[in-house]
Amino acid sequence: MRAHRWFTPWLLVLPALVWLAVFNLWPSLNTVVLSFTNAKPLGGGTFVGTANFERLLTDDQLADALLNSIVYMLVCLPLLTVVPLLLAVLVEKRLPGITFFRTSFYSPVIASAVVVALIWNWLLEDRGAVNGLAQQLGLVSGPVPFLTDRWLLIFSAIGLTVWKGLGYYMVIYLSALGNVSRELHEAAAVDGAGPVRRFLSVTVPGVRNTMLLVSVLITVSALRVFSELYVLTNGTGGPGGRDMSVVMLIQMYSRGFTGHLGYASALSILLFVVTLGPMLLLLRLNRKGADA
Amino acid sequence: MSRGFNAISRREKVLRYALLVFVLLITVGPFLWQLSTSLKGPGEDIYTATPRFLPEQPTLGNYAEVARAIPVWDYIGNSLVVAFLTITGNAIGATLAGFALARLRFRGGKLVLGLILGTLVLPGEVTIVSQYVTVRELGLADTLVGVALPGAIGMLNILLMRAAFQAIPRELDEAAYIDGANAWQRFLHIGLPSVRGMLSVVVIFAFIGAWDDFLWPLIVLTDPENYTLTVGLQYLNSSFTSNPRVVAAGTMIAFIPIVVVFATLQRFFFRGVEEGAIKG
Repeated sequence: MRAHRWFTPWLLVLPALVWLAVFNLWPSLNTVVLSFTNAKPLGGGTFVGTANFERLLTDDQLADALLNSIVYMLVCLPLLTVVPLLLAVLVEKRLPGITFFRTSFYSPVIASAVVVALIWNWLLEDRGAVNGLAQQLGLVSGPVPFLTDRWLLIFSAIGLTVWKGLGYYMVIYLSALGNVSRELHEAAAVDGAGPVRRFLSVTVPGVRNTMLLVSVLITVSALRVFSELYVLTNGTGGPGGRDMSVVMLIQMYSRGFTGHLGYASALSILLFVVTLGPMLLLLRLNRKGADA
Repeated sequence: MSRGFNAISRREKVLRYALLVFVLLITVGPFLWQLSTSLKGPGEDIYTATPRFLPEQPTLGNYAEVARAIPVWDYIGNSLVVAFLTITGNAIGATLAGFALARLRFRGGKLVLGLILGTLVLPGEVTIVSQYVTVRELGLADTLVGVALPGAIGMLNILLMRAAFQAIPRELDEAAYIDGANAWQRFLHIGLPSVRGMLSVVVIFAFIGAWDDFLWPLIVLTDPENYTLTVGLQYLNSSFTSNPRVVAAGTMIAFIPIVVVFATLQRFFFRGVEEGAIKG
């Protein structure tokens, strides 16, 4: 069917095309160009060859940041793949008031990461509620340095990411649970399978693809973490600047008189390379999901 | 038929509600604790070893204190400007493009679609540096328009709107075509009314995304007068760490509007979830 003049579709996609070109395609190319220069945030820049990439190899802060990302991923992956699925099973049944619970569980997702980090900053500080309660219960004798110890800080940030992510992945699972066959559940129940058994042999296989999708999403977002660490450390990167993420380094080099956009671009390319694998997998999974 | 399966025992009901309340405490408790802190009076010891949930001397003074410490009304205004530009851009740009890509066949359409899909493998953080250079070259560094512009037509939103337009039965279109309706009329009278659900999802998330964003405005904005609310909050936190009550009031100022918006529109959102619109 060709019910329109040839230029009509182009008129409709024109704004989108401009944005595609100016804010998506061009910046991708320009990142590569910039990474071979010593451009500053305020302007200028000349070609410096591969100096920025050589610098990546000797940057101790970057080594710390990558190590942090790996730890982040290893802890987040099992927690955020499994717990939200259990939550989705819990809120799936339409009990009275279930909408209230679903919406409430989702509330950390809609809050800004800055808001969430400030809330946990207050909960976790030396004289905050968590330390207060722990000491009151006699679990610890002095305050736990959640926000000042190199590794405890990373684990606090992970806790925050997990807490903020629960509702997000719960909703993804919730939409997948609708496709799990009811008959299978009933048949298993008739055969005398208990809830745990049914969860493991009916629900889990039924949402296996979604679990894969979720775990890829978690991997990518663990590599992209920024606000949690930035706010918890007040932008300093914690003791000795060791609690940084790659994105935090990118931000640090993007600002002010000491900034270095060339090096920030080299860091961006590194980030692209490490996220590319999971991202491609994600795209494939999503397209498969769209066809189903 | 499946009634026996659906009906749950009393014991299971009690257990389910107990678990629901337990998770509720974990997810909502920290917000309530922050709300409580923001309402505690200056004479109240907020550091007691036994945390006290209800304020003894409830006051709204901390909220007034936020306005004295930072120009919070300006920051709210700045965040609203960015949100407004982002919502308008996406509602118009993504809807028009989504319609063309879904319902009009044209040379090059496949290529455009492929390029849009291709951008999805790029996390936003990867291009943030050169994005800043682009905005600077346009003379928009340290402006709110500069903050809003790159996200004003999101590539993902185009794909979401395209999916919504695709779900409309072809016969409707053909009937309208036979009746002599042109592309624009089909868009207005058949397309738009059928994609209101997805359009509200796009609008909700454009608002939440713009209101909550931190990294990008932190890079673009340098003058404290131009800060959006999230950047301003971090600024408040770094300069007034001595009074957690005031910081708590500030976080509530940023959080409450988004809760109101989401609570009002959540039925669209969860309907979208059940229709399988949201896949992450």
